[in-house]
This record gives sequence, C-alpha cells and structure tokens, in this order.
Amino acid sequence: MLSKRIIPCLDVRAGQLTKGVRFQDNVDIGDPVEAARRYYEQGADEIVFYDITASADGRAIMIDVVRRVAETIFIPFSVGGGIQTLEEMRSVILAGAEKVSVNSGAVKNPDIIRQGARAFGSQCVVLGMDVKKVGQSREIPSGYEIVIHGGRVYTGLDALRWAKEAQRLGAGEICLNSIDADGTQDGYEIDLTSLVSTEVSIPVIASGGAGKPEHLYDVLTRGCADAALIASMVHYRTYTIREIKDYLHERGVKTRLFW
Amino acid sequence: MIAIVDYGAGNLTSVARALDHIGKNSRITGDPAVLARASHVIFPGVGAAGDAMVNLRARGLDGWIRDWFAAGKPLLGICLGTQVIFDYSEENETACLGLISGRVKRFPADMKSDGRPLKIPHMGWNGVSFTGRHPVFRGIPEEAEFYFVHTYYPAPSEADHVIGRTDYGLTFCSAVAVRNLVAVQFHPEKSGVPGLKILENFCAWGGEDAE
Repeated sequence: MLSKRIIPCLDVRAGQLTKGVRFQDNVDIGDPVEAARRYYEQGADEIVFYDITASADGRAIMIDVVRRVAETIFIPFSVGGGIQTLEEMRSVILAGAEKVSVNSGAVKNPDIIRQGARAFGSQCVVLGMDVKKVGQSREIPSGYEIVIHGGRVYTGLDALRWAKEAQRLGAGEICLNSIDADGTQDGYEIDLTSLVSTEVSIPVIASGGAGKPEHLYDVLTRGCADAALIASMVHYRTYTIREIKDYLHERGVKTRLFW
Repeated sequence: MIAIVDYGAGNLTSVARALDHIGKNSRITGDPAVLARASHVIFPGVGAAGDAMVNLRARGLDGWIRDWFAAGKPLLGICLGTQVIFDYSEENETACLGLISGRVKRFPADMKSDGRPLKIPHMGWNGVSFTGRHPVFRGIPEEAEFYFVHTYYPAPSEADHVIGRTDYGLTFCSAVAVRNLVAVQFHPEKSGVPGLKILENFCAWGGEDAE
C-alpha cells in the first residue's frame, strides 16, 4: 500500500535558508543544500523549496541551488515561489527538480498549468493554494477563499472550485496551505483539507499548522491528506522525522520506515 | 560506459546524476553509434506511450533496442521505458516494442481503499514484493520502498516474467526480469539508497539470466 509522505519545507532567500535549521550539532546551517542532505538522510520522503526572493539575481542563485540539490539527494523535490512563466518552470526542471509549484502565477494566468502539464507532464505541476476561511457566501460556496501575496490580497476565487479547475487544467498535485493555521503550530486545518482532498482525484499535500506528531496523524486520517508538509517542528529539532514516522506507524498510518 | 537512451521522453538528467553519484560514467544519447559503445543501456522516460513510440521510430531507436535486447546485453527499463517494452499500451492505444509479451493497462477509476477512492496517478512511495532472486535486486531489504508516479501499469502475459509486485487498489507487476532485461515501474534514481543500490547492481551485472 502507498505510504503517506512527510515533506519538510525549506524557505530560501538569495540562496540561503531564511529560518534556522538546527541539526544534531546544534548549529544553524544557512545552506539549503546541506539542509536538504540532512533531511534526505533522516528519512524525508520529498522536499519542498520555496524561493522567497523576488529579484532576477535571486532566481539565478536559486537555479544553482536546485542543481546542487539534485546532485546531492536522490528523492523527489519541488521548487516554488514566484513562478510565472513556462520558461521559469523549464529552468527549474532542467536544473533537476521533479516538480514545480505555481501559486499566484496560476491565479493570474491559469493557462500556465495547462502549458506546464503539456510541456513536462502533469506529475511535474503542483498547484500551491493559500487559503483563508471567510464563511460561506454565494461567491465563495465552500467558505474558503484563495488569497495571494502572502495572504494580503483576496482573489474572490472559491478554494474548492479553484482546486477542481486546476485539476481539469492538468495539475498533478495540490499543496494546500491554510493561512489561518500557518505558523500557529496548533494543527492543520482539517475541515479544509478533507473537503478539498475528497473532492479532487489528485494527491493533496496538507500545509500550515504542524506542531506535533498528532497533528500529522489528524490530517493524514480525518483530513484525508496524502502527504503532510512540516517546517518548524523539524527545523528547530523539536522532533526528528523518524520520531514523527514512528508515532504514525504505532497508530496505523503507513509511512516509509526504511531508508 | 552506461548509455541512457535519449528519445525526447522527458528529463533524463536525474538518471545520469544518480549514476555520477555511484561513480559510474554515463552518456545521455540517442545516437546509435555512441549507444553501440556502451556496456549497459538504461531506457528511462517520462511522458505518454504514444509520443514515446513516435519519437523512437523517428530516431530509428525502436529497432536498435530490439537488436540490443536480442544481442543479450544488459538492458534496464524505467517507468515509461518499462511500459513501451511490452506489446501494447492502453495509453493512446499504442503498439509498443514487443520485447516481452503483455499489455499496459490503466488503473481503474473506481479503486477504493478503506472505503475511500484511491487517487490516480499512483504517486509516492510503495513497497515491492520480489518473487525471485536476481542479481539486480540483490541486497535490497524487504522493507525497502520505491518512488512511483504513473497512471498505467504493466501486465505481462507470462507469470514467469514477473519478479516484483506492488499493491495499489490491485496487485500489479512493478518489476520484470527476462534474460538480459530488467524493467521496473518505479524510479530507482529517485528512491534513495535502495534505488541507488539497484542501479549499482545493474551496472555490475553482465546480463546473465536470473537464478
């Protein structure tokens, strides 16, 4: 049976990690390649990089990071952050990433999903969605709205409708981030995750709110997520990936335990 | 030299990087003159069966791969490369290379697990239960998992050709071994240490038949 995936997320700015990643030796490491290697060795099933650099210089540095990551780890990884064009997608994939995630770029130009799927295959195209709970209305029947620019701009798009539309256009996976839960470490947005995951036929990665192993248990069972994104809980070494996986295994959630 | 067959099917550099990592010299090439100098050939690919066959024929590589297989030299299929070695794929209703008999089928849309519909593609890590001993899979622990991403799966006609099986809604053939050919549905180049071990074993294998 397929394992549920545990995916550490690394934020990168101008080629450096933006949050300290503290490993065994209690030293903050600023190099994303080194961090990726350590998570690979610790049993991460996949790694997500978010490039939060805005400039063209930053983009070129990120491509170099992607190339070095691809030479270092032999599991899938994705790269997202500010991707707007097919050319940007191509440069990330050619540098060695398996998947590219598009977020506000796809809100502004949904056709980028179709173009990316046609050029590289659906399995390469991840739709990143930032979502806020707004209450049900005629415009937002699910009660969840898509926001962009770090949650500052409301788009008027219903989250569930957008997820289905992205699937129709050829997205191979959805990374569903709850802006309300993000950074709280109080747990994932279970209702949102289960709503989207049961209504689409492509895999859904839950994101935002992970603080304890039981949060992952909840979102991978009641939340129906196929994978869970984690950040602080492993970056600050509160938990190791092994501890999280052992916890899930004891409670009957299948994860990859040998690496 | 290990040759990675380039027939315009997706990004082949991840296989080359994995070979670099295990210290094997490789070339990505679609040129029969270069391919002919290889000791081992890897036939990878990501994409659709229809396009793959069109591209193989356009480059004259369909016949080349049949000849390489017939010559008894080590051949490793990966993912789409594995699917097109069969007779036929339901994807784009494609007549394929026919190195081994069998069809490639689509996962049924209505598969369920614990009452919930299963997602398609089959994407992520899953186990392979190996049913025979083979030099290419030597030293792979039973608990090892491999990275899959696919919507179609191989269904060989001969049960003898199946060497690994995987469960996803149904039990499908995830690895075949026939004489000098080994072919896997998963991505060894993206499956961590056990995947690298398979690539290493393949590079050390002379193409002899399984035990």
